[in-house]
This record gives sequence, structure tokens and C-alpha cells, in this order.
Amino acid sequence: MTAIGRGLHSEWTKFRTVRGWAWGMVAALLAVVIVGLIGTAASNPNGAGALPVGPGGEAVNDSFYFVHQSLDGDGSIVAEVTSLTGEVAAGGPRSGETPGVAPWAKAGIIVKQSLTQGSSYAAMMVTAAHGVRMQYDYTRDAPGLAGRVSAGSPRWLRLTRTGDIVTGYDSVNGTSWTKVGAARLSGLSPEVEVGMFTTTPQATAATSTGPGMIPAVATGAFDRVALSGQWQDRQPAGDSWTGTQIGRDAGTSGSYLGNGSGEYTSSGGTFTLTGAGDIAPVVGGSAFASGREIENFLVGGFAGLIVVIVIATGFMTAEYRRGLLGLTLAATPRRGRVLAAKAAVLGLAAFAVGVVAALVAIPIGERESAANGFAVATVPLATEVRVMLGTGLLLAAASVFALAVGTIVRRSAVAITIPVAGLVLPYILATSGILPDGAGDWLLRVSPAAGFAIQQSLRYYPQVDSTYNPSSGYFPLSPWGGFAVLCGYTAVAFAVAVILLRRRDAA
Amino acid sequence: MKNALHAEWTKLRTETSNIWLLVGAVVLTVAIGAGIASTTRCPSAGCGQDAARLSLTGIMAGQVVIAIVAVLAVGTEYSTGMIRTTFCALPRRTEVLAARAVVLTGVTVVAGTASVLGSVLAGRLLLPGNGFTVQHGYAALLSLANGPVLRAAAGSVIYLTLIALLGLGIVTAVRSSAAATGIVLALLFVFPVVAHVVSNPAWQRHLDQIAPMSAGLAVQATIDVSKLPIAPWAGIGVVAIWAAAALVTGGLLLRLRDA
Repeated sequence: MTAIGRGLHSEWTKFRTVRGWAWGMVAALLAVVIVGLIGTAASNPNGAGALPVGPGGEAVNDSFYFVHQSLDGDGSIVAEVTSLTGEVAAGGPRSGETPGVAPWAKAGIIVKQSLTQGSSYAAMMVTAAHGVRMQYDYTRDAPGLAGRVSAGSPRWLRLTRTGDIVTGYDSVNGTSWTKVGAARLSGLSPEVEVGMFTTTPQATAATSTGPGMIPAVATGAFDRVALSGQWQDRQPAGDSWTGTQIGRDAGTSGSYLGNGSGEYTSSGGTFTLTGAGDIAPVVGGSAFASGREIENFLVGGFAGLIVVIVIATGFMTAEYRRGLLGLTLAATPRRGRVLAAKAAVLGLAAFAVGVVAALVAIPIGERESAANGFAVATVPLATEVRVMLGTGLLLAAASVFALAVGTIVRRSAVAITIPVAGLVLPYILATSGILPDGAGDWLLRVSPAAGFAIQQSLRYYPQVDSTYNPSSGYFPLSPWGGFAVLCGYTAVAFAVAVILLRRRDAA
Repeated sequence: MKNALHAEWTKLRTETSNIWLLVGAVVLTVAIGAGIASTTRCPSAGCGQDAARLSLTGIMAGQVVIAIVAVLAVGTEYSTGMIRTTFCALPRRTEVLAARAVVLTGVTVVAGTASVLGSVLAGRLLLPGNGFTVQHGYAALLSLANGPVLRAAAGSVIYLTLIALLGLGIVTAVRSSAAATGIVLALLFVFPVVAHVVSNPAWQRHLDQIAPMSAGLAVQATIDVSKLPIAPWAGIGVVAIWAAAALVTGGLLLRLRDA
């Protein structure tokens, strides 16, 4: 056996045979799962259904008023949008309405796979405050003409389908067109739903408890709607448009005022559509008030983290306390190698605990939440895998950090407190709402708690208004960037530990 | 009892690391309080910031150091075997625990008072420059003569003392610094994180009512007191129950078990 192999083997034997440590790792696993269960045991007094899932595997909102017809083959649709107005609840739901429109209220034309929520689509739309946009498959967004729409300054929109490709154009006069973008909707069936839509997310408003969302509806006016290509040839005679409310339960980002509902009127080629909801990815924050993200099921990770840190510091401080270190170093005189072997054994054990715990806790949490009336924000498989592996990596990095601090300070109580306080306290401060805006972000950039970013499952989308901040689950750094900060702390602590272990007496 | 007190005081006093930890607790508390006071702005009237609570945020970090002092006061005796000497000299174990509690309380009151006074002073000097002014509905200067501010300040010192006693009870029960530190930190920190996640207002409220940290620090509130999950002094009562439960458990196990 090589020297490295021997070092690893002896550390593994020590770790495995001390009953407290082995059971401690089991306890850490149980702590993650049990605390996670407590965290998800509450039920939602309002109740919420499951969220539709988009083509990319992420939870989406797909609720809008749709005036449509089924059309086969390739073709184009053109419409002139002449106004986009709206009403918002004045002082909360059911207390009257005032004119107003959410910045991301949408009115436009859409080509959609089917009337099923979550199906693939491409749309050209006028928004209230963000100009013309081309959006497709929920997460993609490209800007077109800027400025607000009005009767004096209308916006012409065109969508052209050629096979799987849907191309969007906009124009101010209906004659000179500018291409905004092209969407490849793979697997789009020959017959699709084509038409006009209007929808609006809730409007943000200051409430007594901070930024909140209030119901809103939007009304879009369309003129000179025309089909061309095969769509025109195959269109049945007469008025073939049908109005349908897609997703009456408006998901997480929009709802009708009072008991209102979507509707449309048409006369002489003009259409007026009123709708609420949104066609957009689900995001966290105020727009997602009573939903759960998958990292919520890993709240027990904080308890597991503390147990793993206690074990990790003990792995080193016990050697000092029992005078075992002299023996260990006599057997393996290369001191850096001893520490590396300890780190490898601990890190792997903690990683395994974290991954197994996440594999157990996430499915249980998803089932519990569904049973208790909480909508769960489904994420693409790759993201879920990253969150699970990330939980293991988080525990591994924290345990190596604790091992290094234990080597440096040689006192278990202090050695435990530094990593726990460094990881958990900034997180609590940043998410508690005590700190001013910015200070919480700053803490989660520079402290070891940045590492929790690796568990963030939802993404930030500029085309969805919400409160994106640490307390709604949004970290200032990217998942791997935040984890790199924690690894930086671990690396520095480890280097200092190796230097001190080499220099100091092994007493 | 006098001998026990004298012995415990000597042990605590002569361990240099305790002095450093206590000084560290004061410095950490005041530094965090000052940092937050200097970065928080109140741009207009009704900005909803609690000047006293902001200044005293550092207690969240300071409590951790105080808990370490409490845990180490007993934990080291078990790891070095000193505990046998202690019980040889003073065979009445409950008395030893009581003496420890008294000495620890005294030390924590001193360190806690220094931390709180330093934090309030920092807030008094820094906050008015950030918009915490009379025009925006705040007292000209953060002052202990103001009833709620005095409650926040005195309550914070009592809170720190109770956390020290909680640590003492737990370490006496589990006889290991490492395990005791883990348990104290878990009690303090896991509750708020879980409360943040449950997303059911009733459960959140209940968790905040029973969690030692959330309930105990309610005493720092000086505005919107009626909206708190638990009233300030009732919150201190909750921490006192935690500390008493830990001390009684520790005391019973101490009598029943071998050293």
C-alpha cells in the first residue's frame, strides 16, 4: 500500500471505529430529514394546485385569455395592437378597482402547441412598460420596439411559422417590418393554436408588510387581424375565432379582480380581450407567496451541518485531547498528508450524508407539500441534481473547514462555533429582514454563508417582477460562485492549518 | 457555598482564554451593532426601522461567544479530568453547579452590560446621521431614559445571561464541550431557519414564540411591540424556561451520574 493509501486507511479506520462519529453521521442524516419534515408539516390555509411545467422542465405560469383557432401547416398572423390598459385592485382584493396596469401586462399574438397549460409557444406582444417583446417557451425573452402603445402610436406584430421555426416581427406602420427573433419550437405539431391573447401578472404595491402583489386585469385592443399562407388557405369560412380562458386558476402570478373573468368582444375586424394571469416562468419572492422551492425541503441541512461540524472538529481536537496525535504523526510523519487524509475521509463521508439526505428529503417534501396544499416550483432535472449534489458538497466543504479550524484553534467549543456562526449566522441575518437592503446581499457575498447559493433552485428572470432577495431564496452570487467563496475560506483555513501543524509541537 | 463560589471564580478568572473570549464578545457585539447602525438609512418618516433593535443586532453574535464561555467553563473540566478534583474538594455537586451559575451570571452581566452600552452608544452616535432624526419620528438621540430603549438594553443583558445559563445546563448534562456547543447552536439557529421556511403564518408565529433566540430577542423591539409574536418580557420568560430546564436536567444528571 502506498503512503497516501496507508494514511487514508488509518484515518478511515479511526473515523469508522469511533462509535460517536459513525453514529453522528447517521444522526446528521436523520437531522436533515426530520427537521425537513417539521419544516414542511404545516398546511396551506388557502390551498394551491400544482403548477404547470414548461418544455424546459421548470414550473411556469400559463394563464391568459386566448382568442384562437386551430391552424394546420405554415403561415403568418398579423395584428395591430392599438391599446393596452388595465385595472388594479385599489387597496387589496375586492375593495374596488382603479385604472392602472402592471409593467409586464401583455397583449399580443401567439402560436401555441395546444390549449394545455405548459405547452410550447412563441409570442409577439406589446407590454405596458417594456415595449414590444418576443417571448417563447416561457423563459426566453427578446426586446423589440420600445415605447408605449396608443391609438396614435399603434404597434404591428407578425408571427410566421415555417416548420419548427416561428419568427417574430414588429412594425409601427404595417409595411416596414423588423425581425425581433426566431424561436425553434422542437416537436411543434402540424396543427397549432394561433390567435390573440391578453394577460397580466399582479401589480407590485407597497403594503404594510413590505412590497406585495395586488390583483390586476389588462385589456388589449387588436385591429386588422389577418392570416396568410397555408393558414389563410385552410381557414374555414365565417368567424372562426373562439375565446378560451387558459388556466382559470391563475397560478402564482395573476388573478382576476373580485369574481371577474376573462372575456372578448369583436366588431368589424377589431377585437378587445381582457385577461389576467401570466405566461412566464415561476419565480420566488412576493410573486410566489405560498409556494415552496425544493431547497425549502433541505432546511434540515442546517441541523445536519451543525452535527457534521461537531464531528469534524472532534476528528482533530480529539487527537490533541487524547494525545493520540503524537502516535498518528509518528506513524505518518508527513503532517500535511495526515491532515489531507483526514480531510478526504471526512469530506467524502459528509458528502455522502448530504447527498443521501437530499435524495430522501426532497421527494418527501414534494409529497408533503402537495398533500398540504403548497405549490412546489418544479425545476429542470439538471437543477435538481445540482441542488442534491450541492447539499453534499456544502456539508463536505463545511466539514473540511471545521477540521482546519479545529487544527488551528485546538479547542472544540471555539472550533465548532467559528464555522457554524460563519455559515449560519450571516444566513439568518440576511434572510430575517433585520438588515438594510444591500447589507444582507453583502454578507452573502463575503461570508462563508455564500456557499448556500449552491442550493438555490429558482432563477432570476428580468421579465418577471418580484422581490428577488435573500429572504425569497435569491442569493447575490451564482450557485457555483457562492460555493467557490465557501471553498476559498476552506482552502485558506486548510493551508493555515497545515502550516501550523508542521510548525507546532504535536502536544 | 462561599468556598464553591471562590473556587469557581478562581477557575474562571485564571483561564486566560476566558478573558479573551469575553473581551471578544464585547468587541464583536459593538462592532456588528456599529456596522449595522452606520449602513442603515431612514430616508423618510415611517421607514419602519427600529433604532434600538438595529443597534443591538450584535447581540446575535455576542451570545454565541458567551455560550462558548459557559460551555468551556465545564467542558474543559471533563476533558482534562479536573472535574474529579473539583468534586473531591467540593462533594456537594448541586452546590458546585449553583456556584458556577452564580459566577457565570456575574461575568455575563458585566460583559453583557459593556456590550449593550457600547452598542447603544454606537447607535446614538451613528444613527442620527443616517436619517434617524426627529423629523422622521425618532428621538433626537438613542437614550436609556426612554422606557422601551431601557427595556431593550436591560432585556439584552438578561438575555445574554440566560443564554450563558442555558449553555451551562446543557454542558453539565452532556459532559462534552463539543456536543454541548452543537446543541446550544442548534437551539439558537435552527428554529429561526425552520420558521422562515414553514410558510404558514400560524406555525411561523408559534415557532417564534418557543424558539429561544426569536422569543428572547423580542425584548429588543421598541416599535410595533403589539405586532410581535410574543410580548417582550414574555419572550424573556421563554428563554428563562429553556435555561431553567437545561439547568435542572444538568443538575439532576450531575447528582445521579459518576463524574
